[in-house]
Amino acid sequence: MTIDIDHIRADFPILADTINGKPLVYLDSANSSHKPQSVIDAMSTFMAHQYSPTNRSAYFLAAQATEMYEGARTKVAKFINARHAHEVVFTKNATESLNLVARAWGAANLSTGDAIVLTHMEHHANIVPWQMLAAEKGFTIRWVPLTADGLLDLSHIDQLLDGAKAFSFTSMSNVLGTINPVKELVSLAHRHGAIAIVDGCQSVPHMPTDVQDWDADFLAFSSHKMLGPTGIGMLWGKESLLDAMPPFLGGGNMIADVTLNGFTCAELPAKFEAGTQPIVEAVGLSAAVDYLNAIGMHNVRQHEMEISRYALDTLTQRFGEDIVIHGSKNVEVRGATFSFAFRDVHPHDISQVLDQHNVCVRAGHHCAKPLMRLLGAHATARASFYLYNTTDEVDALCDALTETGEFFTL
Amino acid sequence: MPGLEDLYREIILDHYKSPRNRGTLEPPAIRTEGHNPLCGDEIEVYIAVDNDIVSDIKISGQGCSISQSSASMMSAAIKGKPVAEVRALIHRFKHMMSIEDVEEPDTSAPLGDLEALQGVVKFPVRIKCAVLAWNTLAEGLDTAAQ
Ligand SMILES: Cc1ncc(COP(=O)(O)O)c(C=O)c1O
Repeated sequence: MTIDIDHIRADFPILADTINGKPLVYLDSANSSHKPQSVIDAMSTFMAHQYSPTNRSAYFLAAQATEMYEGARTKVAKFINARHAHEVVFTKNATESLNLVARAWGAANLSTGDAIVLTHMEHHANIVPWQMLAAEKGFTIRWVPLTADGLLDLSHIDQLLDGAKAFSFTSMSNVLGTINPVKELVSLAHRHGAIAIVDGCQSVPHMPTDVQDWDADFLAFSSHKMLGPTGIGMLWGKESLLDAMPPFLGGGNMIADVTLNGFTCAELPAKFEAGTQPIVEAVGLSAAVDYLNAIGMHNVRQHEMEISRYALDTLTQRFGEDIVIHGSKNVEVRGATFSFAFRDVHPHDISQVLDQHNVCVRAGHHCAKPLMRLLGAHATARASFYLYNTTDEVDALCDALTETGEFFTL
Repeated sequence: MPGLEDLYREIILDHYKSPRNRGTLEPPAIRTEGHNPLCGDEIEVYIAVDNDIVSDIKISGQGCSISQSSASMMSAAIKGKPVAEVRALIHRFKHMMSIEDVEEPDTSAPLGDLEALQGVVKFPVRIKCAVLAWNTLAEGLDTAAQ
């Protein structure tokens, strides 16, 4: 093991809990992750002893809360290697971040006759905002297809990007686990004069991120998938783009001045942060980033590659033809997220039997219906692993699947 | 904690493995679609209504064992029954599933095998699966009444 797994597990109170006398086998971190004690403590200490609104007042508590809120921004900026802290905008979640890009950048830059490029493996959060805007503006959406083993099929990418204004893609599929070659995709987009928008929800929590190395234009991600609380998400954008964009939501905090005739916008990042912000959540997120940094994102990735190797080997050895694991079998190009079909048992029924053993997996379409149609499945079961998961938990999944098979012999 | 036997009773698995009344009906039979957006279950219910009797019913679509067996059992229970009786049964079934807005039902509509689905109530997430076919049928009856 590259990381001290027992030590890590001890930091997550919920992992020591039992349900009906059995331990929790939590394999749904691609959906949302659990929180270490340090995050929980940071938030409760803040609420108990440090709480105050930010930015608006001179008193000590307000100044301290503002410093903590801005400190979270600085930490997040370093975590993804952003050039400036003010390039990081706090939102409600990644979905809101992507809506922000579509509504602010998209509305100002896209019109009839234009095209943008998405991929066949996008989450609804990176599809629907563009479709909503396309219905108003009349631009077209082109789709990058997939290869048989669930990678992006780049054989016609130059045609697809020709004349396109934006290429928005996920850095890692939440269904297939595929890790996309972000740097290469950004450079392809730029070669065609398109901006590159990265949905980083699934990769940022699991491996190192360097937006400057990528040379990306926007990156959207969520706190709750990276050990932080719900209720806060991030949009990073290049300063020049954020500066040139109109605001997204209007209200307090985002203005420089308001008169009866109109308003002027505040500087970055306040320009995109209308209203009272998720201050408590930012404090929790800040502790989550500290936690991840202390372990090291290379180590997190290393650990998850080991789990992936073990999971692929064990599942295929034990179930052979009875299991179909979607996506690539090469752990170099995939994360530890596995969607699978098991015999003819419906994913809902799989997850029900697994639940009897406290094995938590997600069953459904994973908010990626276009991809599900491509896989020819209405639903899949998905087991996803994180830094606190163990190979023993892969075995627990397998044992529970064996029982599922016995129960549903058709 | 309720066990799997509470949910997957033998008769339910039997209907799942050999669903009754699978297929489609041609117009003028009424076709109604139902979706469970959470899990992607999809169902089509075809009914032929003659002289206020549901003379035929077919089910197609796909879904989990609970939604499929509930649909199969429903089709077997209502085929050939007067519309009023079918409506009473829908009511009674939804009451059994503890769907809130249903008041005390007319117990003259016998549940029969459907009683086996009682255990679903202990698994709240699955109630939606069990009632999908029934809501779709109710919609079909409304269309037939127009
Ligand atoms: C790839 C991807 N994009 C976007 C999202 C949306 O994230 P959130 O629900 O936190 O806004 C998710 C989360 O499910 C995701 O996996």
